[in-house]
Amino acid sequence: MSVPPIVAFTNVVKRYGDGPVVLDGVCFDAAPGDFISLIGPSGCGKSTILRLIAGLSPVTSGSLTIDGRTPEAAAAELAFVFQEPTLLPWLNVGHNVEVAQQLRGVPAPARAAARRRALELVRLTGRESAFPRQLSGGQKMRVSLARALTLEPKILLLDEPFGALDEMTREHLNEELLDIRQQQAWTTFFVTHSVAEAVFLSNRIFVMSANPGRIHREVQVDFPYPRTEATRRSRPYHDLVSEVSRLLRSVEST
Amino acid sequence: MSRRLLNFLLPLGTGVLMVGIWYAIRHGLSEDMKFLLPTPDEIWAALAANSESLSRATLNTTKGAVLGFGFAVVISFGLALILSLSNLIRASLYPYLMILQMMPIIVIAPILVLWVGAGLNSVVIITFLICFFPLVVNTTQGLISTDRNLVELFRMYRANRWQETFLLRVPAALPYFFTGLRIAAVLAPIGALVGDYTAGSSAGDGGGLGFQAIIYSSQAKYPALFATAAVTCVLGFVFAGGVHILSWLSLSKWHDSYHRSDT
Ligand SMILES: Nc1ncnc2c1ncn2[C@@H]1O[C@H](COP(=O)(O)OP(=O)(O)OP(=O)(O)O)[C@@H](O)[C@H]1O
Ligand SMILES: [Mg+2]
Repeated sequence: MSVPPIVAFTNVVKRYGDGPVVLDGVCFDAAPGDFISLIGPSGCGKSTILRLIAGLSPVTSGSLTIDGRTPEAAAAELAFVFQEPTLLPWLNVGHNVEVAQQLRGVPAPARAAARRRALELVRLTGRESAFPRQLSGGQKMRVSLARALTLEPKILLLDEPFGALDEMTREHLNEELLDIRQQQAWTTFFVTHSVAEAVFLSNRIFVMSANPGRIHREVQVDFPYPRTEATRRSRPYHDLVSEVSRLLRSVEST
Repeated sequence: MSRRLLNFLLPLGTGVLMVGIWYAIRHGLSEDMKFLLPTPDEIWAALAANSESLSRATLNTTKGAVLGFGFAVVISFGLALILSLSNLIRASLYPYLMILQMMPIIVIAPILVLWVGAGLNSVVIITFLICFFPLVVNTTQGLISTDRNLVELFRMYRANRWQETFLLRVPAALPYFFTGLRIAAVLAPIGALVGDYTAGSSAGDGGGLGFQAIIYSSQAKYPALFATAAVTCVLGFVFAGGVHILSWLSLSKWHDSYHRSDT
């Protein structure tokens, strides 16, 4: 018997109000521990899929279950890292990291341990008293990630978290992300525009097409974890990157 | 020369220059016109000679200004929270706030005297009316200008209304609130003075600076009148300075307005 899926989309259709169909017949099961990247043309509904999982917006038809429950009921299981760092500028790093727990009602003394652990994971120990304006873009993103990690979520949603960063910083943070994943085993949904990033991080890549948004093709990535700089230099990695790029081009030209 | 030294020396230089011109004009006036412009030292002497009545009046005006300003801050904040709840509430209340602001104090003053009597009560209400509008408008603007991404974050983590208000909207509105506070702080002593001038009374506490100004002018004590003006300026500086310090304490660590040419 196989493990029950942690996220199950069955024929999900989504439209905002009476606007056009944004997602049309999306079907997939995510197993616990999956790292799924969503890639596809702008406006194909990648962020919408994350918003549905997070219960920020309801599905129009079809069914979506998280751990066998509705997204609303499962809200406590997940954390979301937005494209922008979305830090509160008036709080220092330490307090920013604690905000997610604070909103969930975790009392102050209990928050401290999780804050320290999360900051250690993103390698920002010692920067607790800095304010967001004193941090670089990459550091802000790491604070945002740490804030999500304090919840030790079962499901981690990341919407182009490293999109605004330079190549070097991005690769570095990718490796850090996989390191942390060794310690907190989330099921991950990761939206990106970078094929290389998707191949490096995921075990499954959903290549999406637009108008209406559909999962055009799923690509399996079988390289074992932990993945390192050596993975990036390997031949199979490059081959897969070109294959996915080709798929993406074919989707974008239609 | 260092920037800081320049920032100190320039206004000092302007001050010296102006006092020089002041003495020159006075020197040029004919003997029977000299009363029109007392010199700084004459004003200083008047200040000392009238120190008792002036300090009592200053205390009373300060009391009126602080109370009116304080009530305006607290009540405008509460009202701004209500106004920030919905467009409909704003649309239905804003016109009346404007009217409140547009009503001339000269006309309101006698009505207030009729209702609550001349003296401190009227002075506090007039100060309140003058300070209220900039406070409520700025604070409301701040409360409705919260970064949408941050609101989304709070929704995502299922923040309740209370958390969204006091952990997000209120701190995000602080820079706007302080803009209103700075304007109101400059207006408060003027409001108290005008209030005292139009609705003051020597009964009870002996009246404030506005009332004192009426007395001095009726007694043709012109240097004392100038001294009253000087004291009012000092009071204004104390208020504005106090608010600047408060603003610095709550914003300087995080808000960009304090880090313009930071390197
Ligand atoms: N709140 C909303 N109300 C109405 N329409 C929306 C809303 N959010 C998204 N849409 C529409 O849904 C479609 C998919 O949007 P979505 O943000 O999911 O795309 P995306 O794949 O994340 O794009 P990008 O790569 O540019 O971020 C778009 O056509 C967009 O206009
Ligand atoms: Mg998006």
